[in-house]
Amino acid sequence: MSTTSTLLFSGSDWNFKTLARVYDAIEEIALGELKLDVYPNQLEIISSEQMLDAYSSVGMPLMYQHWSFGKRFVYEEHLYRKGRRGLAYELVINSNPCITYLMEENTMAMQALVTAHAAFGHNHFFKNNYLFRQWTDASAILSYLEFAKKYIARCEERHGMAAVEAILDSAHALMDQGVFRYRRPPRLSSERERERIRERLEYEEQTYNDLWRTLPVAPGRDAKKAEEEVSERKRSLKLPEENLLYFLEKNSLILEPWQRELIRIVRVIAQYFYPQRQTKVMNEGCATFVHYFIMNRLYDQDRITEGAMLEILHSHSNVIFQPDFDDPRFPGINPYALGLAIMQDIQRISTDPTAEDRDWFPQIAGKGDWLEVLLDSWANHRDESFILQYLSPALIRKMRLFVLRDRADDPYCEVASIHNERGYEAVRAALARSYDVAANLPDIQVVDVDLLGDRRLRLQHRVKNGILLEKETRDETLRHVRRLWGYDVSLVGIDSETGEMLYECSSG
Amino acid sequence: MPYFIDRRLNPKDKSLGNRRRFLKRAREELKRAIKEQIKTGKIADVDSTHSVPMPARDTSEPNFRPAPETGERHYVLPGNKEFTPGDRLPKPGGGGGGAGEKGAGIGEAEDDFRFVLSREEVLDLFFEDLELPEMVKLSLKEVVAYKPRRSGFATTGAPTNINVARTMRNSYGRRIALRRPKQKQIDALAAEIARLEAQPNRPGTAERLKALHEELERLERRRRRIPYVDPVDIRYNRFEAQPLPNANAVMFCLMDVSSSMGEREKDLAKRFFVLLHLFLKRRYDRIEIVFIRHTHEAREVDEETFFYSTQSGGTVVSTALEEMQRIIRERYPSREWNIYAAQASDGDNIAGDSERCAALLNGELMQLCQYYAYVEIIDERETEIFGTTDNGTSLWRAYRTVADKWPNFQMTRIARPSEIYPVFRKLFARQQNVQRR
Repeated sequence: MSTTSTLLFSGSDWNFKTLARVYDAIEEIALGELKLDVYPNQLEIISSEQMLDAYSSVGMPLMYQHWSFGKRFVYEEHLYRKGRRGLAYELVINSNPCITYLMEENTMAMQALVTAHAAFGHNHFFKNNYLFRQWTDASAILSYLEFAKKYIARCEERHGMAAVEAILDSAHALMDQGVFRYRRPPRLSSERERERIRERLEYEEQTYNDLWRTLPVAPGRDAKKAEEEVSERKRSLKLPEENLLYFLEKNSLILEPWQRELIRIVRVIAQYFYPQRQTKVMNEGCATFVHYFIMNRLYDQDRITEGAMLEILHSHSNVIFQPDFDDPRFPGINPYALGLAIMQDIQRISTDPTAEDRDWFPQIAGKGDWLEVLLDSWANHRDESFILQYLSPALIRKMRLFVLRDRADDPYCEVASIHNERGYEAVRAALARSYDVAANLPDIQVVDVDLLGDRRLRLQHRVKNGILLEKETRDETLRHVRRLWGYDVSLVGIDSETGEMLYECSSG
Repeated sequence: MPYFIDRRLNPKDKSLGNRRRFLKRAREELKRAIKEQIKTGKIADVDSTHSVPMPARDTSEPNFRPAPETGERHYVLPGNKEFTPGDRLPKPGGGGGGAGEKGAGIGEAEDDFRFVLSREEVLDLFFEDLELPEMVKLSLKEVVAYKPRRSGFATTGAPTNINVARTMRNSYGRRIALRRPKQKQIDALAAEIARLEAQPNRPGTAERLKALHEELERLERRRRRIPYVDPVDIRYNRFEAQPLPNANAVMFCLMDVSSSMGEREKDLAKRFFVLLHLFLKRRYDRIEIVFIRHTHEAREVDEETFFYSTQSGGTVVSTALEEMQRIIRERYPSREWNIYAAQASDGDNIAGDSERCAALLNGELMQLCQYYAYVEIIDERETEIFGTTDNGTSLWRAYRTVADKWPNFQMTRIARPSEIYPVFRKLFARQQNVQRR
């Protein structure tokens, strides 16, 4: 760098030398001032076509082949070509090393912004948030995907594309029901371990002896005994089970080992993405907060030009734009805007609290060290708990949030609460609940199956707030369950409060 | 310093395989949609782009999702302006406030999404499973064209085919084996003789000279007896005649444009040929198409005239057949060409000419033709009368006798535009068993 100028770059063109110089400057602030803790970074430059490719393989650098990804691609490409949708500036993958895609079309200012946002903001969040730490294995995911891709390709060679596709279709239909929400999933096992499990499975299948089933049962069992048997049966199958894919993989009677492995692959990938769905607001908020802080700091140090800063601020404010509910552009609450607003609010409360803040947030108000509070919140919350914990009355007023109650049998919506003294708690709780992924997905569990009897798989849907399932897709999905299970499947809708049966349907 | 990787040079279209899988999966439905559109619309529309709704069946991805119009929901929305708790707002038409309804939002967008298929894709889907019947079979059965192919050497052949290298090798081997005196030896002897003759007075020279002369004569005699190149040395390049698959094809389109053909009939016939034309252009790169139109006299015309010009007159169908016969004789020897013909007519013919047509077909044409399709355009009211019976116009009745005799002769009737496509498919369905009777 020349001695007369402290500028990192000027103009909009970038090259690898400038990228590296900017990266070092950003790293200095990120690690030094913000005390971020990140995985090693790997920055990859890609073209727009490659970005479209990445979109359609759910953002992963490698993915097995399936027609649904092609469908997504045709769809995305269609929108992109018509100019209805732009492409993301970056894509970041929760892996170790953390892979960030930079688009080649970006200007240097944008590359700087994206580096700060993804390579430090998201990266820190991936490495430190408890959900990611506990539920995903960043260092194993890429090799696992490679294994999955190869394994599925091998299955296609051996068993035919149609057979593999059928299983994948069915497994994809149950992806939302293929995650453990409460129980911690097992770590991704190594290739060798998987091989051993597979061999074990094959051995068990080969040596399975049907004769044991025919052992005579003592005659004259009474009702109590039958009931005991049912509960014993449920216990042995670990029922009820919320993870349908897991249950089918382990207990389906008709699947071959390779089919079980396919289900397992889909399940593992669903589980890998589950934390991301629960931390959208926090993850984007964290990354936005980080890039905003770093870019401002670079500007303060005279290391980027005013022009570059203006460009950065322009795209920053585009990203955090939150239209009002009656605006035709309103797409829902912008997670970038909400996340950043709460985090900046935390910063304000920590350093410059009002009396109201002291009432609401006695632990953090006026604590001074806002960074510590933020780092702690990033590490230990998901969207639901984060909003419930940190959404302040001041911010509710600023965003003028209100709750609308929508009952199916009522032609009118009702304003339930607004941003006033009586409404703060309700607004905050309602907003937090809307980010509770587990609560918003239909709660469907395996409750019973008589393996020695008719083998009918009994599923139960616990209906919350009277929200039923879309009939057409429900029946179609049940058919997919049936395909994996091999025998009849029935689904019963039970009201979660009254226990009343609301509907019943079966795959027959 | 981070780790930079420049991926721009990596191969693009990583998802090409997935896209192909998707199109394959959607194929059946796309095909059905297009056929539906074409059946209801105009036949000529085949030759344009089509917008087809995103196929729903076979490409839907169902899952358990909440039904939008049930139960009770709470939406949190930003930007309240004048509401207070208890205010009641009419629901917007679409239902649902939108917040937290991302899944449904995406679903709707996909429903709106329509595929636009290019002209090529439409034609591909449209003409799938169709082909000219018996195209390859004949070529293999009656091999008539050959191409010479090198295969080793022969001891006999035409002088032009002498393989010099192989011949000289044989000759060299033979010369060594038979010890043919070399030119060098003879030259050396001749030089020695010349040297001795230059100084004749030396003692013993005479004897020496005599011996040398004898030796020289012996060598030359031997050289004459063992030729440099003997007929036994000669090798010829050997060629084998390899049968060539005969992929030359010509399609004769014969259309009746006489005054008995009304606007409707002409329109139907033209549509049939438009379809045939598109199909041939699409599926066969090197097919030739001959257009013949006839009234009381037949003429070969170009594409433009065939489809668009108007002309009228009496009807003598046999003129078209004669014209076709003449063209075949002149330009398309049946040894080299697969000949196909499609004829469209309303069946009206001048008295006595239908028998002549049948005779022409039976006599020579059907032997030359690979496949002959006759399409009769009839009145809608006539469909009931004729239906499947053998009754019909004079031409139809005459052609029945041809059809009975030749399995590669097909005849059918068209009464309305919607029948064109089924008939077309019937005539050109792939793997059609021609010997079905």
